[in-house]
Amino acid sequence: MSRRYSPAMRNYLRRLAGFMVAYTVLIFAVGTVFRVSPPSGPLAWGVAVLPALPILGVFWTIGRLLAEETDEYMRMMFVRQSLIATAFCLSIMTVWEFLQNFEVVPPGNGGFGAAFFWFVGLGAGGVWNALANRAEAEE
Amino acid sequence: MNNRLKVLRAERSWSQQDLADRLGVSRQSVNAIEKGRYDPSLPLAFTIAEVFGLPIEAIFLRDGETR
Repeated sequence: MSRRYSPAMRNYLRRLAGFMVAYTVLIFAVGTVFRVSPPSGPLAWGVAVLPALPILGVFWTIGRLLAEETDEYMRMMFVRQSLIATAFCLSIMTVWEFLQNFEVVPPGNGGFGAAFFWFVGLGAGGVWNALANRAEAEE
Repeated sequence: MNNRLKVLRAERSWSQQDLADRLGVSRQSVNAIEKGRYDPSLPLAFTIAEVFGLPIEAIFLRDGETR
């Protein structure tokens, strides 16, 4: 692992794993709380927002990766991956909103918010980078 | 921008990973620079020159320039 991953990437993976564990715990815990004994008022706001915090943590983690990675080429690849994710997410959300505006699809997102599509885009960007690297390595 | 990294590596019997370790970057970075897909920053270019013990202009060449 030490040769394959840079220190920045190791930090990123460690932080990402921590936030993912926290998200998994919180999404089930908060779901249970709202099913069993729904809080009200400001407490409801506070409890409902808890699962969002680890996702914000993941955004911070990606920011730290870009700040800590000393390999400039790899940093450029991560930036490209993030831009692909942003373009993918904005495209999906823009099309979806117009479909909703003209009532072609029902309102709401069924739990699939902007962050979900951004992470899907991040995965797509990673695949794009890997394929581009492989194709160029074979040239 | 063209460069002579591959030739200079071969003269020293270094693999891409050997050079990457000397530069403190990934093997993918060396591969990308070597193939001209990525132009290194000035600090990295200076480090590359230092590792080979050559001036920058003996390693990196403008497009169309040959040596």
